[in-house]
Amino acid sequence: MTGVILAVDDLKVHFPVRTGGVLIGQYRPLKAVDGVSFDLKAGETLGIVGESGCGKSTLGRAILQLVAPTGGTVSWLGKSFCDAGAADLHALRREMQVVFQDPLASLDPRMTAGDIIAEPLWNFHGNLGRTEIDRRVREMMDKVGLLPAMINRYPHEFSGGQCQRIGVARAMILKPKLVVCDEPVSALDVSIRAQVVNLLMALQREFGLALIFISHDLAVVRHISHRVMVLYLGRVMELADRDALYAMPRHPYTQALMAAIPIPDPDRERAKPRVILSGDPPSPLDPPSGCVFRTRCPHATALCADQTPMLENTGADNKVACHHWREMSPTSA
Amino acid sequence: MGSAPLLHIDNLTVKFTTADGAVDAVSDLSLHISPGECLGVVGESGSGKSQTFMAALGLLAANGSARGRALFHGDDLLTLGDNELNAIRGDKVAMIFQDPMTSLTPHMTVGRQLSEVLIHHRGVSAARAREESLVMLKRVRVPDPERRLAMYPHELSGGLRQRVMIAMALLCGPELIIADEPTTALDVTVQAQILDLLREVKDTLHTAVVLITHDLGVIAGLADRVAVMYAGRIVEMGDVRQVFADPRHPYTRGLLACTPRMDAAVTGALFTIPGQPPNLEHLPAGCAFAPRCASVLDACRNDRPALRGLGGGRFKACIRDDLAHAS
Ligand SMILES: Nc1ncnc2c1ncn2[C@@H]1O[C@H](COP(=O)(O)OP(=O)(O)OP(=O)(O)O)[C@@H](O)[C@H]1O
Ligand code: SF4
Ligand code: SF4
Ligand SMILES: [Mg+2]
Repeated sequence: MTGVILAVDDLKVHFPVRTGGVLIGQYRPLKAVDGVSFDLKAGETLGIVGESGCGKSTLGRAILQLVAPTGGTVSWLGKSFCDAGAADLHALRREMQVVFQDPLASLDPRMTAGDIIAEPLWNFHGNLGRTEIDRRVREMMDKVGLLPAMINRYPHEFSGGQCQRIGVARAMILKPKLVVCDEPVSALDVSIRAQVVNLLMALQREFGLALIFISHDLAVVRHISHRVMVLYLGRVMELADRDALYAMPRHPYTQALMAAIPIPDPDRERAKPRVILSGDPPSPLDPPSGCVFRTRCPHATALCADQTPMLENTGADNKVACHHWREMSPTSA
Repeated sequence: MGSAPLLHIDNLTVKFTTADGAVDAVSDLSLHISPGECLGVVGESGSGKSQTFMAALGLLAANGSARGRALFHGDDLLTLGDNELNAIRGDKVAMIFQDPMTSLTPHMTVGRQLSEVLIHHRGVSAARAREESLVMLKRVRVPDPERRLAMYPHELSGGLRQRVMIAMALLCGPELIIADEPTTALDVTVQAQILDLLREVKDTLHTAVVLITHDLGVIAGLADRVAVMYAGRIVEMGDVRQVFADPRHPYTRGLLACTPRMDAAVTGALFTIPGQPPNLEHLPAGCAFAPRCASVLDACRNDRPALRGLGGGRFKACIRDDLAHAS
């Protein structure tokens, strides 16, 4: 287990949801995250992909302890969060930071860019004093490509891409070991998206930072990740090394996801084989029995309705949760 | 395309008056759509994609005004009154938006909304309208169509709602569909279903489609021609294969280069276009792309480059002809 900084084991987040009807007190669990396990090494990027409602964001928030897990454990440097006291949690928060999707909405409109970026420093290193904090903020602004002269401007005076840079600067100012990025580039224009992806990769190299990069965009995830996890209805369908996953997706859902990404080349896009899944993802309140993907899976059998497939090793560190992965010819994307 | 254009937008300028003054959201824009073809319109947020077609259909917000011409079968839509426009919209020209909830009425069943379109435009009986609605829902492969007729929009998933929108758009057999980001709000596997459906509509019904999107991949899969917009203007236009294989405008090249793609090896850093999309209120003199363009010359800052023909139906708005062709 060398270099593992974060270990997530059988993590579950179930939300009690009031189900309709006249009876008071009828609750059903919405299994947003249902038994997710993985390790993350220092300096590594784990991409987490899946469609809306698959539990990506909840998983990210549970790792950061922003939402309480219903089961399982999250350990940081070998120590479980469950055993951590308030003081430990405070210290842990310094080492794990977060960047959210909507750049403008996630910044306090009444604070200047400088105050937003400085806030974590005041919380954790208030004794540094105003001059030193100001110096560090300007240095970080420069690193993320913001003019330090803009330090006294308010969020609405920045573009979407610049607001996201403010978010990244704030996340980086404490030199954390892990940054969880929840759809950090989804709200950005294509030309700005590339700038922010490059920035995150450069900061990772410079600070040896680990990243959890949550996104529905498989092409961006491929670019930035070392390993990739594919989620569907709160469960891990596949978890593999980036190159292995993209060259040879094993799970029928991963295969369909990849086939669905349009290629910006008219000849290739029109010639590629179409794998069109039927229907929409089912409601997480009412997941199918057995394999949660079976209602849309072109390879489903009776066994799939009956038994939940476990994650199996397909070789090296790559895992897939499918009863029939051995019989399936892996498609190359 | 040999046939006469279905829609010909000629020198369209769209102005909005705001508290800070007036902005030109669209400037001197000209394009045409021929019967049965799909024109892709691509560009970043705020580049004027939507407002171009909102203006053409008389749907601008109260603070907006349009100048120029939008000829549909030779009639200038910009001079038509509300009644005449209403007769065309939903009948000969249909629209599909990103969020179907904005165009579906929340408190009316799907069946009633579909029927009203037919009753309004075709004057058919309620029974006949219901029958035709059902046929259309089947055609766009809405599962369980009878049951859906009695449902309300919020009871449908995003993908089904978009199918209902497409069914509604197709009801009167339109000659032109304007689809504004029809799949942007959908999951990728559902997007693939909807794009497949649009492809089928185009191939079997020969309906002309304007496909507005910021996703070059979506354009690549569906469009015959593409118009690339930047700061309210078309900067490049032409056959989709030619433009993707050999983009001539530096902005088109940049957009293609900075899009990570599944069919190419992973490179270290992504190509980037420096800087940010321009603020329409403070456009620089000359070429609006000049502050971000790697090929900029002093001359680029003098006059707005006009969109000029390059032969073979290709156009670009850039003064430089000496840029090496992309490989
Ligand atoms: N009612 C309005 N008042 C003032 N400005 C407006 C109004 N509606 C649109 N605009 C401006 O017009 C410009 C063009 O907008 P448009 O909606 O056509 O962009 P778009 O290319 O469709 O962008 P997106 O990809 O975000 O949909 C933008 O700068 C926008 O802010
Ligand atoms: S377990 Fe069955 S239903 Fe699930 S992905 Fe595999 S083949 Fe499909
Ligand atoms: S006109 Fe000049 S600045 Fe504008 S795109 Fe062409 S080379 Fe670049
Ligand atoms: Mg738009």
